[in-house]
Amino acid sequence: MTLPLLIEQTLNGIQLGVMLFLMSAGLTLVFGIMNLINLAHGSLYMLGAFVAASVASLTGYFVVGAIVAVIVTAAAGALLEVALLRRFYRRTHLDQVLVTFGLILVFNEGARQIWGGVPLRFSLPAGLDGSVHLWSGLDYPAFRLVILGVGLVVGLLLYAVIMRTRIGMWVRAGASNRTMAAAMGVNVEMIFIGVFAAGAALAGLAGLMAGPILAVQVGMGEPVLILCLVVTVIGGIGSINGALVAALAIGLIDTFGRVLLSPALGSMAIFVAMAAILAWRPKGLFPVHG
Amino acid sequence: MRHLLLATVFALSSIVSAQAADPIKVGFISTFSGLGGSLGQELLDGFNLGLESTGGQFGGRKVEVVQGDDQAKPDVGRQLADKMVESDHAQIITGVVFSNVMLALAKPSLDAGAFVISANAGLSQYAGKQCNPHYFTVSFQNDTPAEVMGAYLASKGVKKMYIVAPNYPAGKDSLAGFKRGFKGEIVGEVYTTFGQLDYAAELAQIRAAKPDGLYFFLPGGMGINFVKQYAQAGLKADIPLYGPSFSLDQTVLPAMGDAALGAFASNFWSESFQNPTSVKFVMDFEAKYHRIPSPYAAQSYDTARLLDAALKTIGGKIEDKKAFQKALETVKFDTVRGKFRFNTNHYPIQDYYLTEITKNDKGQIVMALRGQMATNSVDTFAEQCQMPSAE
Repeated sequence: MTLPLLIEQTLNGIQLGVMLFLMSAGLTLVFGIMNLINLAHGSLYMLGAFVAASVASLTGYFVVGAIVAVIVTAAAGALLEVALLRRFYRRTHLDQVLVTFGLILVFNEGARQIWGGVPLRFSLPAGLDGSVHLWSGLDYPAFRLVILGVGLVVGLLLYAVIMRTRIGMWVRAGASNRTMAAAMGVNVEMIFIGVFAAGAALAGLAGLMAGPILAVQVGMGEPVLILCLVVTVIGGIGSINGALVAALAIGLIDTFGRVLLSPALGSMAIFVAMAAILAWRPKGLFPVHG
Repeated sequence: MRHLLLATVFALSSIVSAQAADPIKVGFISTFSGLGGSLGQELLDGFNLGLESTGGQFGGRKVEVVQGDDQAKPDVGRQLADKMVESDHAQIITGVVFSNVMLALAKPSLDAGAFVISANAGLSQYAGKQCNPHYFTVSFQNDTPAEVMGAYLASKGVKKMYIVAPNYPAGKDSLAGFKRGFKGEIVGEVYTTFGQLDYAAELAQIRAAKPDGLYFFLPGGMGINFVKQYAQAGLKADIPLYGPSFSLDQTVLPAMGDAALGAFASNFWSESFQNPTSVKFVMDFEAKYHRIPSPYAAQSYDTARLLDAALKTIGGKIEDKKAFQKALETVKFDTVRGKFRFNTNHYPIQDYYLTEITKNDKGQIVMALRGQMATNSVDTFAEQCQMPSAE
């Protein structure tokens, strides 16, 4: 493998990892803080892509589509929390899996009713649809660089908010011990709605950025959801640092696994890695609950 | 006495007329949900339009269509087929999208006495040794579109090709077909994970290998992802893209958008065909469903019209299986492809055309004809088939 190719594949791995991180951040926080397994997280990703695609093609501006999509998915997340999912925090995981799996079916069928079964068109804004010359022998798609940049910025921002602000402290307190945090006067209810809406917005952001690269179609959230569950488990449930490290690791392992190994082994690489990491650290890389 | 006789006559005639009025039952098993869900709808829309064009009848008898969603799962498809043939008494099973589903349900359906008419899945098994008197394929054989493209590129002097398909049976068939036709050098052969979303890693390898062209078979959403990312990586300008029609047709082109422009496909039908049947079909389809039909819809439209034409020659008597088999084998009908006949293995003998993905004057992205690639093309498995005669 030549040096430019190695750099390109590394960029590909990091870019995939960044996307996975945006998705997993919400999933892992909801899991860690509310003790809720939300399989419908992938549906919010799909919703982000669909809303962005429709609004962008209606108005002609990608940015408008992106902003509307983030707002809509955040609202959808908050609505889900208030209207339905808060009733399930104290129920068993099986009940949660059942209800959120049901939500997947509702979201998919709803999207099919509104947008139809044929994949939507979602073009890139002019100027971002080509590739950028980075090095001799290394051109990289401009939009993927944007994804990389946005993902890293949002990731750092999230890290700063959670690790360095008062709100972040409440969130972390909620994640390590919900009952004690509530007893110390943290408004747990508002934190829960906020975390849910923020997680949904991040999933929507990931969806709208994936839209121009991937097919915008019914059921697009489920394959990504599986990878995100892997990330969440490896990183340690509820841990933002863990999600970041695990997402980047999975992105790189998947990319290089596909290039260097045979197809059968390449598609297994991340699951082998997951098994190995869990054997070494059963609670994930950065466990939150002691 | 006379009254009794009259009553008997009435009773008998009502039985006879009941039999003549008995509808022909068609079990339409297809994929209506999940990622392949739009393909089942495409086939069903084409079939219904074909049925409408024959007045809702096959050979003068009313047609009753029973629908089932196989969810692209072989076990579900087989259960549906069992139910349709045994309790709904379906005489014809059609509509199946995926080859693995077809493989699971064809044998039990045939054993139970139904005719299986494939409107899409082009199994190699039933084209060769396992060919069956009651199994017909109206669409194509899986390997052929790739094989024709391979032979065509070789004849045009293309030297180095890179080939990509998902790691599942039809993907392997497709690349095997391509290699059978293409005599040049294969500089890279990649099998991606089925359902893969991101192809950045593969695209980087393709760029480094510098082939003269890239042949890909990636159905549905996988193809959309791949073609968009191929264009975004700037590869389209240097390495032309070739594929079978169903990786570049109207089920995916609207979503691919400009990224697909300039790619080439091997087709037995495209929306640009100018024969009168095809022109009428495209017009009627657009009027009814407000979109351009894909080859899936065209195959399925042909399936309905072929069944009608065959049953017309035998007065609608589908119960006479030998006569129905013979009628299908020798059927003549107005096909959207211009011409059509069955080979001895009950798979089509048809022409293949090269199309280029372009924008038409309405700004829609379509497959425009660029010449003929093969005449009376037959699949390679036909010679292994010893079809029992209808006599």
